[in-house]
Amino acid sequence: MSNTPLLEVRDLTVRFPKLEPVRGLSFSVEAGETVAIVGESGSGKSLTALALMRLLPRTARIPGGQALFGGRDLLQLSDREMRRLRGREIAMIFQEPMTSLNPVRTVGWQIAEVLRQHEGLSAKAARARAIELLDVVRIPDPQRRVDDFPHHLSGGMRQRVMIAIAIACRPRLLIADEPTTALDVTIQAQVLDLLDRLRRELSMGVVLITHDLGIVAQWADRVVVMYAGREVEQALPGPLFAQPLHPYTQGLLAASPRLRPDHHYRDGPLTEIRGNIASAVGQAGCAFAPRCTLARASCRASVPPLLSAGADRLVACPVTVPEPGFVANVRAPGAAAGLASSHALHQDAHVAAVRL
Amino acid sequence: MSLLSVSDLQTHFKLPKGVLRAVDGVSLAVERGETVGLVGESGCGKSTLGRTLLRLEQPTAGRIEIDGEDISTLDQKALRPYRRRLQMVFQDPFASLNPRHTIGDILAAPLVVHGQGDAAERQRRVESLIDRVGLPRSALARYPHEFSGGQRQRIGIARALILQPELIVCDEPVSALDLSIQAQILNLLSAMKADFGLSYLFISHDLSVVQYFADRVLVMYLGRIVESADRRSLWALPRHPYTRALMDAVPDPARRRQSVPLTGDLPSPQNLPSGCRFHPRCPKATAVCAEREPVLREVALGHEVACHHPES
Repeated sequence: MSNTPLLEVRDLTVRFPKLEPVRGLSFSVEAGETVAIVGESGSGKSLTALALMRLLPRTARIPGGQALFGGRDLLQLSDREMRRLRGREIAMIFQEPMTSLNPVRTVGWQIAEVLRQHEGLSAKAARARAIELLDVVRIPDPQRRVDDFPHHLSGGMRQRVMIAIAIACRPRLLIADEPTTALDVTIQAQVLDLLDRLRRELSMGVVLITHDLGIVAQWADRVVVMYAGREVEQALPGPLFAQPLHPYTQGLLAASPRLRPDHHYRDGPLTEIRGNIASAVGQAGCAFAPRCTLARASCRASVPPLLSAGADRLVACPVTVPEPGFVANVRAPGAAAGLASSHALHQDAHVAAVRL
Repeated sequence: MSLLSVSDLQTHFKLPKGVLRAVDGVSLAVERGETVGLVGESGCGKSTLGRTLLRLEQPTAGRIEIDGEDISTLDQKALRPYRRRLQMVFQDPFASLNPRHTIGDILAAPLVVHGQGDAAERQRRVESLIDRVGLPRSALARYPHEFSGGQRQRIGIARALILQPELIVCDEPVSALDLSIQAQILNLLSAMKADFGLSYLFISHDLSVVQYFADRVLVMYLGRIVESADRRSLWALPRHPYTRALMDAVPDPARRRQSVPLTGDLPSPQNLPSGCRFHPRCPKATAVCAEREPVLREVALGHEVACHHPES
């Protein structure tokens, strides 16, 4: 196997007439790897997905950056070339399957359409393969379900159908944008389990876009944390959750009731991140500075660069990671109780004891 | 006497094809100063139950007692004094705020309706409350669309508090909010509880939030309470297989890539399974589970479960 990653995104920027919701984003995805992009609303994570799929709204432009996939830059392909790639080599699933499925066609027809388009299968062969695919995504009784319309199916079943369509041509890369957010927790676990099995069996690279830190911790191989359009931290999940280095990541973990299951409201309040993301608008420096308890004057002057903070770790904070390779032992107030020392952490790449 | 006491409550909806049994025989109590968490998946009836308690839905059977007075059959006029004591905070505050009224008018409206105070007194109460929920006074002259989701929820909480209620039903109050904002709102609800001596019925699908915010927890499945326990004893030993499955489905880094998902979907509340409603999805189900519906019974002090084969 070569050293070239399956997907390499370099310095991606998405611009609308009045704003830049994604700025200078870089990350890569290896075959068979799940990279999570995590962030709250307004972080730019979904627009990143749409940019990679070349499905941005018309008013958006991509003024800079590359997205190298199999030696080709996705951002430079013609619409025709991109159409050939989409669905066959790169597929995407969305949060709400009902809005992506055609309500007046059976699910079998919709799966078969992809196979007829991209693989030139006959109607009969495509239908047979559609039934197989429904079985692969564990829809019970696929022979019968193949003739169902989307409204006959539950939310979890519809997302399975979307996954069947996405993997019909065995894509090398799957972009999953909040694939389980609309689903109940027991169904969510089933769908994530299914996606992970397919990743393994097809050696697919997966870009998992989510706001849910628990999902990230359980399913991701690598994590990119975004805030207001920029990457603020990139790490393996173990070290990230054991010792978050960016104040925003620290704040998110501290604010999460899941991190401290023994903590009860009668014992005291949760640690808040003050303010909201609207304060990022018009910031010349770090977008998080207005909400950050550690911010200094210099944080507001210029955008902090992403610096290396050990192997597989990048952090854009001059306060917690002041110079390349140096890891300061700084914590936000109340952040992640019971942190181990920074030395122990890098050896213990997958600290599993932290509950989120 | 409990502040709120509900017995054998039913809320059924007549549909063209059959009956939807959204709430199907629920009994519960909320004591003064207590937060009771009500957890379950979509379609389990938890929101309908919350709305029925406020008589926003009409119960088809059962009793809803406030301080021992049954309000389940009162007419709108007779209900009014109880409305003041029982308020609700919704998931989507935007949908529950009139877009054409200023925040000041929205907050004063319940005072006008309930004939409380003169204009100056109402203004004073509105201002003191807007301070208390952490918004600037200038917010009072603005309209709902000018606020972010978190700020709107602060407004929703202020509106629920303006009549100084005793019990607030919170229906997924933080589910639509980002994590960083969610903590702010939970802290606000907690502070309001202490300040105003409130009790909450806190409805949520998110177990972690309930674990943080509830004193006691009710687990609901297809219209019924299947388990009821003190928060601590529920997490120490969930007795119902469904409760266990819910807990196991919460993503947990300690179980990297090994999920033990519950199979199958929620059945339709229009077409309920025989016997125990959970038996088609239950790993422990036996013949008796398909035949007889289990009733809630106490298996440990203050810990009730409706299951033929509870964990022990």
